[in-house]
Amino acid sequence: MHTSSTLVLVLAVFGASLVEMVEALTLVVAAGVSRGWRSALEGAAAAVLVLAVLVLALGVPLIRYVPIDALRVIVGALLLVLGLGWLRKAILRSSGHKALHDEDKIYDETVAELRADSSGTPARPAKGRDPVGFAVAFKGVFLEGTEVVLIVVSLGAAQHRLGLAALAAAAALVLVTTVGVIVSRQLSEVPENTIKLVVGIMLSSFGVFWVGEGAGVHWPGSDLALPVLVGFFLVVYFAYTALLRTLLPAAPDAVAEEAAAT
Amino acid sequence: MTDAAVRAVRWFGRFLWDFVIGDTPELALATGVIVAVAFLLDGSEWVGATLLPLLAAGFLLASTLRGRRRAPSRSTSP
Repeated sequence: MHTSSTLVLVLAVFGASLVEMVEALTLVVAAGVSRGWRSALEGAAAAVLVLAVLVLALGVPLIRYVPIDALRVIVGALLLVLGLGWLRKAILRSSGHKALHDEDKIYDETVAELRADSSGTPARPAKGRDPVGFAVAFKGVFLEGTEVVLIVVSLGAAQHRLGLAALAAAAALVLVTTVGVIVSRQLSEVPENTIKLVVGIMLSSFGVFWVGEGAGVHWPGSDLALPVLVGFFLVVYFAYTALLRTLLPAAPDAVAEEAAAT
Repeated sequence: MTDAAVRAVRWFGRFLWDFVIGDTPELALATGVIVAVAFLLDGSEWVGATLLPLLAAGFLLASTLRGRRRAPSRSTSP
């Protein structure tokens, strides 16, 4: 296995995990501030535990029992769907056709919802365990984390580097948790939209590469084709963004309406 | 199977549907086409290595154009 593909694997998993964990942190902090920190932290920890079990339960059988070529086609297709989707969003956001992801807005909305919760439990931080806070933190971490699990399992299994992929995801989790504990608020300064673009490019590159490899296409230069694909999708991103900005500009009202609605 | 297991399977099915299809079914379709073309190009080198990324880029453009917010046309705006 070339260093280039290992590097792209680590960067892709780390970047994807970073973005998803930053989004999860917003919900955990919102739950902690509104409903009490004990429940929010317990909910987040429980979700991380379930996700770790999922990585083992899905990843190990995939590596052991699925033939490598079939695995690469399935994984490649999954990564391609995900990567092209992220790349599409990045192009639409950069060209002004879609509102940027805003952690501060999501945080404010979640806190407002939790404080207005009518389930009968206290609307201010609770001292003991609060089921609403636990559920919100658990769901936030679990839903964002499931995407990370799929990326870790698919990239790790296709390259038989599940441990390395899991380690990259764990590093992102530790980083976000540490910074989150230090600042005790959502991380709106993290350039999520840029990281999503970079990860989208990497996932699309891996997707095309594994689909071709698994189906029997011989990539010139073998794994060295991966950085070339990364460069190709980067050029595609800039070209499409420029095309949309100059030839097909967005209606300002439509983007503002979408931002208000989401 | 217990109710909890059925609920978990249903939830995972819904999650996978949103994850793979979501609001961009055309990308899922595009991926299917790319996989089919890759199998047709089994054993190729430069042709496959050129055609697969170009196909992905083509489908991405179509999907992006589908998702853009249209600016008001000059002929219809006051």
